[in-house]
Amino acid sequence: MLDISAGRSRYIFRDRLIQLLIYTAVFFVSAVFIWILADLVRGGISHLSWNFLIDSPRDAGRTGGIGSILVSTILILLVALVVALPLAWTTAVLLAEFVPVTSQFGTMVRYSLQVLAGVPSIVFGLFGNAFFSIYLGLGFSILSGGLTLACMLLPILVSTAEAGLRAVPDTYRMSAAALGMSRTATLFHLLLPAAVPALAAGLLLGIGRAIAETAALLFTSGYVERMPGSLLDSGRALALHIFDLSMNVPGGDAPAYASALVLVILLLVINIFSMKLAFGLQSKRIMPA
Amino acid sequence: MCARNKCWVIFVVFFIIVSIWPNIGSAASKKLIVTGSSTVAPLVSEIARRFESMNNGVRIDVQTGGSSRGINDVRNGIANIGMVSRTLKSNETDLQAFPIALDGISVIIHASNPVITLNQQQIIDIYTGRLTNWKSVGGRDARITVVNKAEGRSTLELFLDYSKLKNSEMKPHIIIGDNPQGIKTVAGNTDAIGYVSVGAAEFEINYGAPIKLLPLDGVDASVANVRRGIFPLSRSLNLITRTAPQGLVRDFIEFARSTQVHDLVEAQYYVPVSVH
Amino acid sequence: MTWLKHSIMFPSVFTDKLLRWVLRSGAVVSALVMAMIMLFLLVESWPVFQHLSLTRFITDSSWHPLEDAYNLMPMLSGTLFASIGALFLAIPLGIASAIFIVYYASPRSALLYRRLIELLAGIPSVVFGFWGLTTLVPLINQFHPPGASLLAGILVLTLMILPTIALTAYAAFSAVPNEYMRSAAALGLSRWGMIYGVVFPAARTGIVAGVILAAGRALGETMAVLMVAGNVVQHAESLFDPIRTLAANIALEMAYAMGDHRSVLFVSGLMLMLLVMTLSGLAGWLGKNRYA
Repeated sequence: MLDISAGRSRYIFRDRLIQLLIYTAVFFVSAVFIWILADLVRGGISHLSWNFLIDSPRDAGRTGGIGSILVSTILILLVALVVALPLAWTTAVLLAEFVPVTSQFGTMVRYSLQVLAGVPSIVFGLFGNAFFSIYLGLGFSILSGGLTLACMLLPILVSTAEAGLRAVPDTYRMSAAALGMSRTATLFHLLLPAAVPALAAGLLLGIGRAIAETAALLFTSGYVERMPGSLLDSGRALALHIFDLSMNVPGGDAPAYASALVLVILLLVINIFSMKLAFGLQSKRIMPA
Repeated sequence: MCARNKCWVIFVVFFIIVSIWPNIGSAASKKLIVTGSSTVAPLVSEIARRFESMNNGVRIDVQTGGSSRGINDVRNGIANIGMVSRTLKSNETDLQAFPIALDGISVIIHASNPVITLNQQQIIDIYTGRLTNWKSVGGRDARITVVNKAEGRSTLELFLDYSKLKNSEMKPHIIIGDNPQGIKTVAGNTDAIGYVSVGAAEFEINYGAPIKLLPLDGVDASVANVRRGIFPLSRSLNLITRTAPQGLVRDFIEFARSTQVHDLVEAQYYVPVSVH
Repeated sequence: MTWLKHSIMFPSVFTDKLLRWVLRSGAVVSALVMAMIMLFLLVESWPVFQHLSLTRFITDSSWHPLEDAYNLMPMLSGTLFASIGALFLAIPLGIASAIFIVYYASPRSALLYRRLIELLAGIPSVVFGFWGLTTLVPLINQFHPPGASLLAGILVLTLMILPTIALTAYAAFSAVPNEYMRSAAALGLSRWGMIYGVVFPAARTGIVAGVILAAGRALGETMAVLMVAGNVVQHAESLFDPIRTLAANIALEMAYAMGDHRSVLFVSGLMLMLLVMTLSGLAGWLGKNRYA
């Protein structure tokens, strides 16, 4: 990053003070995270093993593993993303590119998404149960859970995508117009690739939120710990399993910690993988400015 | 760019196949849906798993959501069987209940607390806020932290019955939901007092939780005493149905009450119900 | 002229029209979700509206549903205190983290710290709650019993919303064009002067979007707060008093609530939604034309 050494001595003190404050904040946040991680490791590392990742749970989850649970979790995540991403990104593109800033339609859509962001996860769960499981007849299933999660992810995905698109400089759009590109072409070949860092950041935030969800899935994708045979089967998500082990099953602390560790590692893998993908995409299409 | 497009196509096709595949050639298996109390769910999950392994082609889905969900779902026909962690009330006579286990409820305090026993009046006084210091019952000079359960829970109702109090008369400092939360709260606070399921408490004590069970009315709180029937405060864990059970539902309920699952019930530190 | 080969121009007007309709339908579906949830809450709480007057939610003696007392005010204040406290802590920490990643850290530590924040974003609320219950609450208990308190709730909520603020601020900062920095350097601004005077105004919309998302999350957080905040229904008189939030209340009592009690819980969900709608409306009105 550009290093601007403080030329004016008046501001050296102020700058250094701010730097100190920022470093303290960062230190504090890192310390807490490492503390939590250390507690997780201490509690769960003994329970972790290759078999843990593959076996199904036994004795209410106290022994055995989390294999079937991992499969259910990934399926729920995939369903949620496949449904939410197109919906969210089309909304964001509409809000950023095709609708005037002051239009009523745009304001209403943005407003309803902001409100959606504040709905408690348990209300999502109850709604998902009433609408997807009962009204649409999907029952307790991975599909119900994924669809409910998709509703929860909309605000995050739309908000970050819209911010990202708006940040692309107008010069791109004007150059595209000067070259005679249609708006569709501009969108797909210029604007979206340029906004990829923001889109990816939003995606990761969304994935993080989805993986961490408990209350919404309890009433929709359910509690069954068996390996799911299809999307219409009930399947327990990893966060729900952790909740059950730590708060419902006596003596389930160690597998709860171990499962939490697996979740964190899974998230790390997803993060690294999608960041590589996102930046690979961007560098192929657009040279960094 | 062509290579990437191919990747997407393959991915989408794969996803579609994964969604449809099980419906191709899967035999129509018999399925039961059981919903209700989260306290009973782990036990019934284990029983269901054993039942499935003994009967091929049967699938039993156990869901949680609370005792009231069990009752509502059974009434609406959404579930075949419901799980409740209490006996049915007088306005629930349209349902039939089948006990599958017994569970005691007792008071717990931190293991380092020197107090060994409390009589009923002392417990009532602590919970209504008349006694606020452990000193007055023979303990340390420290403020008592009272832990109560959330409204509607069967453990709370039983406790209120036993202490002849109303919930609005209780003066708690912390309110908790499920038993393990109560145990963890008391384990983390040397001056706390709470009440939980005897089975859950004994289980955690065996895993090293720093709590101890107090005797109630002179009877030691243990699963053995609940089994002998001499423990004053206990509740039955029930399976409920709307009509007289038939077919697969009847088979499963009988299995759940038979001696074949006694080891599972005891593994959860409940007391099996002997059916004659 | 390689792009001519792949004919990316989509020269027909038809594609643009099609695109517009596809986008519009996507947006409508997104907006519909909120309407459906609102409808759901109204339908479920309707039985109570018919025979319970609304003032009872404000003037009843306490919250004891089984004894017909339905005062929602203490839980409302608990929700507000916890969320506002969490935002108060998380906004500076989150923005400081983002500034660190973009302007102060070496590339390697920036990547490392960003990974850390991303991981923090994915830790389930139950894990935070669990950690809070077994580590944080006993710690606070040493200073001031009972430990499970408003303070514990605020701290846990802060940890949960901090990544949202940090990551959206980071995206906003990254999007500030480099020309702005070069111009600032050319003018001789110091580092903080550049950040405060140039970057903040340029990234303001992104940061505000992140803060609104985080506020929504804080208001609606259920599990973690349920485990550490004590759950006693009362107005908090100090940071160390236990409180119960509206969302935690629904989670705590829904499992065992029947009849009127259940409907009142949905009313509290409706109240929470109204609260969020008011706050969003306020934020929108204050930041009018923030994109112009």
